[in-house]
Amino acid sequence: MSSKHAIFSRRSVLQSGLAGGLVLAFPWPLRAAPVNEPEQPPDHPDGQFAPNAFIRIDNSGKTTLVMPQAEMGQGVYTAIAMILAEELDADFAQVMIEHGPPSDKLYGNPLFGVQVTGNSNSIRAFWDKLRNAGAAARTMLIAAAAAQWQVDAASCTAANGKVTHASSNRSLTYGEVADAAAKLPVPEKPKLKDPRDFTLIGKPLKRSDTPNKSDGKTIYGIDAMVPDMKFATLVQCPVLGGKVKHADDSAAKNLPGVRQVVVLDDLVAVVGDHMWAAWQGLNALKVTWDEGQNAKINSADIWNELRAASQKDGVVAKSEGDVNKGLAQGESFDAAYELPFLAHATMEPMNCTVRLSPDGCEIWTGSQVQSRAQQYAAKAAGLPIDKVKVYNHYIGGGFGRRLEADMVASAVRIAKEVSAPIKVVWTREEDMQHDVYRPAYRDTISASLSNGKIVGWKYKVTGSSVLARWFPVAFKNGLDGDAVDSAVDMPYDIPNKRVEYVRAETPAVTTGFWRGVGPNNNVFAIESFMDELARKANMDPVAFRLGMLDGTPRLKAALKLVAEKSGWGSPLPPRVGRGVSVQPSFGSFIATVVEAEVDDMGEVHLRRVTCAVDTGIAVNPDTIMAQLQGGLIFGLTAALWGEVTIEKGRVQQSNFNNYRMLRIDETPPIDVHVIKSGEHPGGIGETGATAGPPALRNAIYAATGVPLRRLPIDRSAIASKKA
Amino acid sequence: MTFSISINGTKHDVDVADDTPLLWVLRDVLGMTGTKYGCGIAQCGACTVHVDGNPLRSCLLPVGTIGSRAVTTIEGIGATEAGAKVQKAWLDREVIQCGYCQSGQIMSAAALLAANPHPDDADIDAAMAGNICRCGTYVRIREAIKSAAGEA
Repeated sequence: MSSKHAIFSRRSVLQSGLAGGLVLAFPWPLRAAPVNEPEQPPDHPDGQFAPNAFIRIDNSGKTTLVMPQAEMGQGVYTAIAMILAEELDADFAQVMIEHGPPSDKLYGNPLFGVQVTGNSNSIRAFWDKLRNAGAAARTMLIAAAAAQWQVDAASCTAANGKVTHASSNRSLTYGEVADAAAKLPVPEKPKLKDPRDFTLIGKPLKRSDTPNKSDGKTIYGIDAMVPDMKFATLVQCPVLGGKVKHADDSAAKNLPGVRQVVVLDDLVAVVGDHMWAAWQGLNALKVTWDEGQNAKINSADIWNELRAASQKDGVVAKSEGDVNKGLAQGESFDAAYELPFLAHATMEPMNCTVRLSPDGCEIWTGSQVQSRAQQYAAKAAGLPIDKVKVYNHYIGGGFGRRLEADMVASAVRIAKEVSAPIKVVWTREEDMQHDVYRPAYRDTISASLSNGKIVGWKYKVTGSSVLARWFPVAFKNGLDGDAVDSAVDMPYDIPNKRVEYVRAETPAVTTGFWRGVGPNNNVFAIESFMDELARKANMDPVAFRLGMLDGTPRLKAALKLVAEKSGWGSPLPPRVGRGVSVQPSFGSFIATVVEAEVDDMGEVHLRRVTCAVDTGIAVNPDTIMAQLQGGLIFGLTAALWGEVTIEKGRVQQSNFNNYRMLRIDETPPIDVHVIKSGEHPGGIGETGATAGPPALRNAIYAATGVPLRRLPIDRSAIASKKA
Repeated sequence: MTFSISINGTKHDVDVADDTPLLWVLRDVLGMTGTKYGCGIAQCGACTVHVDGNPLRSCLLPVGTIGSRAVTTIEGIGATEAGAKVQKAWLDREVIQCGYCQSGQIMSAAALLAANPHPDDADIDAAMAGNICRCGTYVRIREAIKSAAGEA
């Protein structure tokens, strides 16, 4: 490798405090989208072994792994590369990673059938496919070497990018046999490794993407640079769904650096020499809006509609035993829980760079849905799909916002009016006020208790269906499977239960997936009510749950572990409480304890968070920990402050000054305990966001005795002194 | 107007209005995209740079006010002792997730350590509370700062 690619150099072995052992730091060469990245050597032009869409080996031995999923911080590039390289027996320190292009056919998520990074299912969905891909390639490389040596393939082994025939002391690199391997048939069911022989999977390896993120080299979508490009920013009607009536751009056009004002039916964009010029132009615009039918909608109206809808009978999502008979036994209780609209507020605001030519369109962005971005661009450009190239990038926060492609479509529509390539960057204010929002939900639950156990359980979820808009093919018979996901999978042993769903589309607000998706709501309602029921039964919340978890032993084990690690039951000062929550969501079994103090004014102070997780095979255990630490903060942030409110059809929150984030000085120690498991890998990215809020709510309940039933937390309800 | 500014030890001449925030000069005029836009109102810290060693939010820093003071960005901070320590600790502790805020986090942490080689938790809180991380890497940021200070 030439010395200018300093990134190729091997870093030293680093001591890891996390695993208590030695961990190799792998300084991977990265290969990102073809813009603004350090020049990369091309694949060897003479030959290429590409047995599937994930692996390419040229005859210099350079091994490129193509990522079907998007990297948005969850560590999936490293985990996917670990799985591929494990079965391939590649030299892990030398593999190159490449952002995958849009293709449902090649890179569709096996659980969805389309290319999407979401629902915490990169690893659990691609696990078999990636292992097979790696093993097939390894099998072919071994066969090619064996044929060259005229020996039995079974007598050869592979490791670190080489095939070895030990008895004759010969070896060939993957590059040396790549051409021959390329001529062999691809085995459909190659022999997979015995997990006991894994050398990469299960190790807390260093991530591939972090070195370049530590010195500003990583190129996110917002950093894309195209020759001769201009910079644009846009404004949409402050009233959701409104249109442009008239735009007076006379002042804007005269500002230095402003090149053009583009007026479309639903937005106005200013194009300038740089973002600041465009933004100044935006501020100088005088736009008259046709505010439309949403101009009278307030949050109170939306909640009234949701509450009315929750009175209706829902579509039955699950029914076991006889719920009416169960509810008639013992003593019964009811509660209703409400969760607000939430914005995603990714740190990287929405953006998209577009270069149009008469017969083509190129897109630079960071998307969780590469193929959908391509489709939206094609439609907006009026071009066939195959004329649209999408260069996906590292994502500065997805959380579900980048499961949408609206920012791609609008950028292309603007670009059609501009003669130069443009980068469209949304201001934070536009990003927050024109998001797709986590639905507001109302959950009503009835349950009956007999001898310290629940004997009847009726749970109804009422809210907007994201699935019906986003993936209509999966919305069947009025049932949104995501909205009831963890209601249906409720872990407790209850003989009579029923889960219902009422679709209630809220006016003005378009809803979208938000980290934790449906289970975020389900787990909050279930685990909040579980604590209220435990108190009715005069039982400790952990003991109450343990008595009904025999059917879900992995969760029961996690709960026992978290109780031990959190010091559950040990004395606490006044107005300090511990709260627990458990969840079997996304294929991972997680128990969480939050310890919090409520001061006299009702302010909540996080003291400590403890979490135990059984996620099956933990491909990279350090990433599992990091995802839970971060996900918990994401969820706790929402529980403490998150709420998007609507007044006269306008989103009231606009930036981080009025849409609060947890900060480092408010962050408690967070201990995550990963349980060793040989089960199929579960999902992890969403889980912390789901786990935090009910555990915090229950900690406040323990500290104050106040059973909060809405988020975000109402300080006035838990203050001991009234302000 | 034309301004000559020193960034990471190199002089750059830029022709922009004097109220143009340094952030956009770096990103859009000079193509130095390591410094990030997050909020535009000095609430998130993603745009943090050093001016004569002090951490400042470049989104609200008019280029016309910089004068001869030395600007250091994430692309250049590794050349300083504190910056190199922080970057190494960030990787040793695997702080980074999406990474978008981390340029700013690293700049704030490097300024902290340069001024205070042995910060306690309260010092870390005071220096870092202006930097938002939506991925929630705060636990590891605290560990990494202590590690860089040689205390963990």
